[in-house]
Amino acid sequence: MQLDVPSDLGMVGDAVELVASHLPPGTLSPRRISFNLRTALAEALGNAIRYGTGEDPDRVVSISVELGHGVVRIYVVDDGNGFDTSQIPDPTHPDNLPREYGRGLFVIRHLVDDVAFNEKGNGICLTLRAG
Amino acid sequence: MRFTLKKDKSGIVIVGVEGQLIVGNRQELKQKVLDALEDGSRKFVIDFSKTGYIDSSGLGVLVSLSKKIREQGGELRLAGLNADLQTLFELTKLDTLFAITRTAEEALAAF
Repeated sequence: MQLDVPSDLGMVGDAVELVASHLPPGTLSPRRISFNLRTALAEALGNAIRYGTGEDPDRVVSISVELGHGVVRIYVVDDGNGFDTSQIPDPTHPDNLPREYGRGLFVIRHLVDDVAFNEKGNGICLTLRAG
Repeated sequence: MRFTLKKDKSGIVIVGVEGQLIVGNRQELKQKVLDALEDGSRKFVIDFSKTGYIDSSGLGVLVSLSKKIREQGGELRLAGLNADLQTLFELTKLDTLFAITRTAEEALAAF
């Protein structure tokens, strides 16, 4: 499955539903689709639209989904300059708890089985395994 | 996705979140609650019993609203989190920032 999503934060929910509803039955448990996949994909797509493409309506973010035996890989790629994931502070530190932003990648890492970035930092791969 | 606001007999505002609270709709929730705050409401319960998922932007708007409500002498309580959402609050340690009850009725009774 491949999907180009306009750089509009209002599209995130619909794009997530489109991907989640098109996974073949039994690929992942219903609970992991309804929570882990939806939340992690909303995070990744929201980050790409907000920070990667600057909510520019003339740009798009690409989503592609690969199915394997008991595994789903979702790639979210924007055409931005990428970012350095090592520079993100711990959102659970007491000083950072009252902050409104900065939890996205932390949440993703806890909801999927593996997270990988491309070299440029403008693409993320979310891996979810069955079971 | 839908947000509903209603007031109980004592004036506590109960906000229902149906569907998801994410980057694409968080501003709508924020504005509804801020409008009620502006109109004089000070006690709020957000009921997540019909909520499927919340992303970090949704969590962030709750942090922001809680701060704004406290600044006006009010209080925000959260209720109705399913097991996955409860875990999300625990792993982000936001369960330490919010008063969270099992049901909206328990939140109302705790005011």
